[in-house]
Amino acid sequence: MKNYYLKNVVTLQFDEKRCMGCGMCVTVCPRGVFQMNGKKAMLVDRDACMECGACEKNCPFSAISVNAGVGCAYAVIKGALTGNEPNCCCSSSGEGKNTCC
Amino acid sequence: MSGENYNTCCSGDKQESTKDKYSMGEGQFVTFPLYTPYKEDTPVKDEKEEIFNYYQDFIIDFLETPSGKVPVVDTEIHFEDKIGSWKVRWGIGRFNYRVRPGLYAVGRPNENSLIYVTANYKMSFDRLRKSLSGLNGWIMVLDTDGINVWCAAGKGTFGTDELIRRIELTGIKKIVSHRLLILPQLSAPGVSAHEVFVKTGFKVIYGPVKAEDIKRFLDNGMKATEDMRTVNFDFLDRVVLIPMELVQSIKYILIFIIIMLILHLGDVIKFRFSYIYPFIGAVTTGSVITPALLPWIPGKAFSFKGWVMGLLWAIFVIYKQGIFDMEKLSVTLAVILFLPALSSFLAFNFTGASTYTSLSGVKKEMKIAVPLMITSALTGMVVGITGHFLKF
Ligand code: SF4
Ligand code: SF4
Repeated sequence: MKNYYLKNVVTLQFDEKRCMGCGMCVTVCPRGVFQMNGKKAMLVDRDACMECGACEKNCPFSAISVNAGVGCAYAVIKGALTGNEPNCCCSSSGEGKNTCC
Repeated sequence: MSGENYNTCCSGDKQESTKDKYSMGEGQFVTFPLYTPYKEDTPVKDEKEEIFNYYQDFIIDFLETPSGKVPVVDTEIHFEDKIGSWKVRWGIGRFNYRVRPGLYAVGRPNENSLIYVTANYKMSFDRLRKSLSGLNGWIMVLDTDGINVWCAAGKGTFGTDELIRRIELTGIKKIVSHRLLILPQLSAPGVSAHEVFVKTGFKVIYGPVKAEDIKRFLDNGMKATEDMRTVNFDFLDRVVLIPMELVQSIKYILIFIIIMLILHLGDVIKFRFSYIYPFIGAVTTGSVITPALLPWIPGKAFSFKGWVMGLLWAIFVIYKQGIFDMEKLSVTLAVILFLPALSSFLAFNFTGASTYTSLSGVKKEMKIAVPLMITSALTGMVVGITGHFLKF
């Protein structure tokens, strides 16, 4: 079962003109956001994106951009209070929490 | 050359099977040095300190390679490993649960064996070595400060630079003849596959999200199917996180017990469980029940889901305590304003543990929900406390 978070909030941008159809984004995305459509990639489930940044990092042709970060309330609140960018709080724990804090 | 095994330092035979590792005599075992004499960038400062910082008990043998001796690891997870994981889940001494970065061998790998890359977080490593049982392969452990793959990738410690550095440090190029690296899918946010290829000649292949799927992945011609690639965050995935949530929320419960004790200083003797169970319930609702039932609760925003559940709890409390009557209006109001806000906040915190929330989404939720929560909780508190003293 696929869970969805808020609609229309993610910063993911895909520039089809730059896409060379290598398929890397489809492979790396843990949320099934991209699919191949002939020789180009295609955004099929934008709202599923969790802004992890894997696609941007692994697109050899810089066709994707996303403001990557962790969707973690603790980090965002801390970031807002200290005026810094939200930073993952992993350093204090190994994995008890899967994603971040 | 291909197919030939490197000699192992204890048994010179060419057995492919991993089973022969158990035939090793005890006397032979103690003759091995405690430390892996293979190349490592950070010199060992204090031997004892090293023993305590790294959990290396899984080394059962050493393998001679052109780049030095490589430790062979056990693919069985023992009781101590399980205790370790259990402690991590409950938040007991979870620091330094790390494996020494470097190269390891599974079974009797040769120059054609595949290389699996992982983080030096002991649980990530354990899962990998367990999933590789019966196979021959190399494990390359990156230095991620003892943090799991996903977190480390997000931070960049499981990243392109560390991977390139580790490829050099381990001398893996002299050990294998191929140029393939299998990385966990969840390391992709930190690693740029094309950059690694340009700089080292190694082609990065992203494997499955879960190490348990590695054999299926290999059988599938080293292609991760969609279900191996995607993260779903099912009921069980959420449930394993609950102990940690619970441990973290105990402190909130303690705070409320103290506040209630102070409020009832006059008649401590009359202090009853009914004064504190509403808080315990609200905390549990936000940090345990909401996460467990997440997809079935209406709404998309975690704070809203938590608020809905908190409201249900508040209604239950009001019903149970029979505080519908106007005499206890302040208590009723305080319950309805405070408890849902508390659950909402704790549920919102669970976004950090979930595996599908985005930064932009959390930011949006924070802008809208957090001010509401604070207003509601503060009003509830003020009403409750003034009501308590003015008796309305
Ligand atoms: S990784 Fe980039 S170039 Fe390759 S298919 Fe995706 S968008 Fe296109
Ligand atoms: S940022 Fe992550 S979740 Fe979003 S599309 Fe890219 S790979 Fe998928």
